[in-house]
Amino acid sequence: MSAYSITEPSRRAKLVAGVLVCLYAFITLLPLLWIISTGFKSGPDSISYPPKVIFEPSLEGYVNLFTTRTRIAPEALAELPPPETFYDKIVRERDMVIAGPSRFGERFMNSVIIGFGSTFLSIFLGTLAAYAFSRFKVPLKDDLLFFILSTRMMPPIAVAIPIFLMYRELGLSDTHLGMILLYTGVNISLAVWLLKGFIDEIPREYEEAALIDGYTRFQAFRKVVLPQAATGIASTAIFCLIFAWNEYAFAVLLTSGTAQTAPPFIPTIIGVGGQDWPAVAAGATIFLLPVMIFTILLRKHLLRGITFGAVRK
Amino acid sequence: MAEVRLTGVSKAFGATKAVSAMTMTIPDGAFVVLLGPTGAGKTTTLRLIAGLERPDQGDIAIGGASVLHDTPAQRDVAMVFQQYSLYPHLSVRDNLAFPLRSPVINMPEAEIAKRVEEVAKVLRIAHKLDNKATQLSGGEMQRVSIGRALVRQPRIYLMDEPLSSLDAKLRSDLRIELKRIHADLGATFLYVTHDQIEAMTMATHVGVLDQGRIVQFGTPREIYEDPVSAYVASRLGQPRINMLPADAFGPAPAGATSIGLRPEHILQGEGRPATVRRVERLGDQTRLLLVLGPHELITLADPHTPLSAGDAIAIRPLSPLWFDADGHRIQGA
Repeated sequence: MSAYSITEPSRRAKLVAGVLVCLYAFITLLPLLWIISTGFKSGPDSISYPPKVIFEPSLEGYVNLFTTRTRIAPEALAELPPPETFYDKIVRERDMVIAGPSRFGERFMNSVIIGFGSTFLSIFLGTLAAYAFSRFKVPLKDDLLFFILSTRMMPPIAVAIPIFLMYRELGLSDTHLGMILLYTGVNISLAVWLLKGFIDEIPREYEEAALIDGYTRFQAFRKVVLPQAATGIASTAIFCLIFAWNEYAFAVLLTSGTAQTAPPFIPTIIGVGGQDWPAVAAGATIFLLPVMIFTILLRKHLLRGITFGAVRK
Repeated sequence: MAEVRLTGVSKAFGATKAVSAMTMTIPDGAFVVLLGPTGAGKTTTLRLIAGLERPDQGDIAIGGASVLHDTPAQRDVAMVFQQYSLYPHLSVRDNLAFPLRSPVINMPEAEIAKRVEEVAKVLRIAHKLDNKATQLSGGEMQRVSIGRALVRQPRIYLMDEPLSSLDAKLRSDLRIELKRIHADLGATFLYVTHDQIEAMTMATHVGVLDQGRIVQFGTPREIYEDPVSAYVASRLGQPRINMLPADAFGPAPAGATSIGLRPEHILQGEGRPATVRRVERLGDQTRLLLVLGPHELITLADPHTPLSAGDAIAIRPLSPLWFDADGHRIQGA
């Protein structure tokens, strides 16, 4: 009989678990693979039935995403000098010329500014508030915390019209600042509650030791509490960013020109003769990248247990 | 280095009185040990002096000036916590340097490095300086925690059972080391412990606490030989003092309800007959568990005593301590 340990799962259990995990990962990743592959299909391939798994890759979607084009007569096209760039060439194959850049770059930057701006503000305010709730005697602490949480109980769209009117009066409609404040307002409850949990777990002894070691409370907060709350701050930041990045309803309602974010923009990409699915998919693919990169960068901090065990409990 | 004076200091947490009307002077350069069971207010006393708690009443003065409105940093005290709270995100070296880098001290880096090396050598953690604080054993963490206090020269060192989690060898080495620091620097210490040997060997003064009050303050010998109450008498002494009804050996002084017998108060070979129930040979000493009528008592015998369980032995008290019904000592009896 082979040696086995009680704590170590058996070979068969591991195999079953492995297969299940792979299956789950495949199901979860399937829509993602679909979007990424559609971005590289040509227009006809993208709507062919049955869907093509093997296809000839094309950059048409990406070119259409970043440009606006005009159709010209084949005779006029023939008189033009030969195409200078690969994207000129792709566009001319469809009897068109590039008229200028699209607004996608601008909308994408709006998403970056508003998403990261509101995430930063939520974390900044949330960390300070969570620290105060965790450490100080705040009058009506429980009621205040419940009030903060209660802002999350109502579906955001229920307050869409009052917010629309307020923003119009205040001149915040279709501004970066307005969207940052709005997303911060929605995220702050999540940030305070999550961060309070993390800060509660940091023993007070560390700050007390720092106070005696000659630091002020704020210095102790910065040098001792913040580094240990890094894990919590990182995971909270990811949640805040994902919400602000993906938010659609308010973005449709409150932005149109200057501050429009990518989510309301992407579905409006219309090609000649209907929806330009490869361009939409290309936009969605690029739109996925920042959150993915941000999550990968902060992944290290998501692993708990960095601070485990230095205080005897 | 400075004198620390507590005047009528009280502190309550809700309905629990942690410290009540405590008045105590820790002389400059003294090594004061606080003794008392859990909940007697030892740790709260340290925290009040450090400035981590604000007293409800009374005054705390360090070096002659009240520090009630000073922050812990301004008080210039060092503290070793019972739960050694090392900064987990820093290396051992940075943990030790942390107090020296504070805005209050702001020492040049070269000097910090020298001080850290010195202290690390004394505490035998020099080889661990570049480890993360979380990669240490319990005993090593405790030493780093002591080291973080010793790198400084504060007006008073506050230590809350700093040696409790160390092994016996290290404990006795560090006892000597702390005593040396005390003697060399003339530093003032306020030290909380349960350990009788630490109290007897290191202290210049012992304060015995009971429910937030100082019940006796004096030299270790005074506390041991001349306790004011049965409670104080039971704080020191290994094995513990035997408490028997006053008439166990015959007539007692007026008012006495119990007789306290330390091992040296029990003369063997004459007096009342007792039976040996158990003999514990500890090497350097041998403990006898005796039965006298309905009472049990523990005393010491010669390490090579031929006595064994079941033997008969005669005992009588030799200048014992007498206590009244409230546990107060009856002086001069």
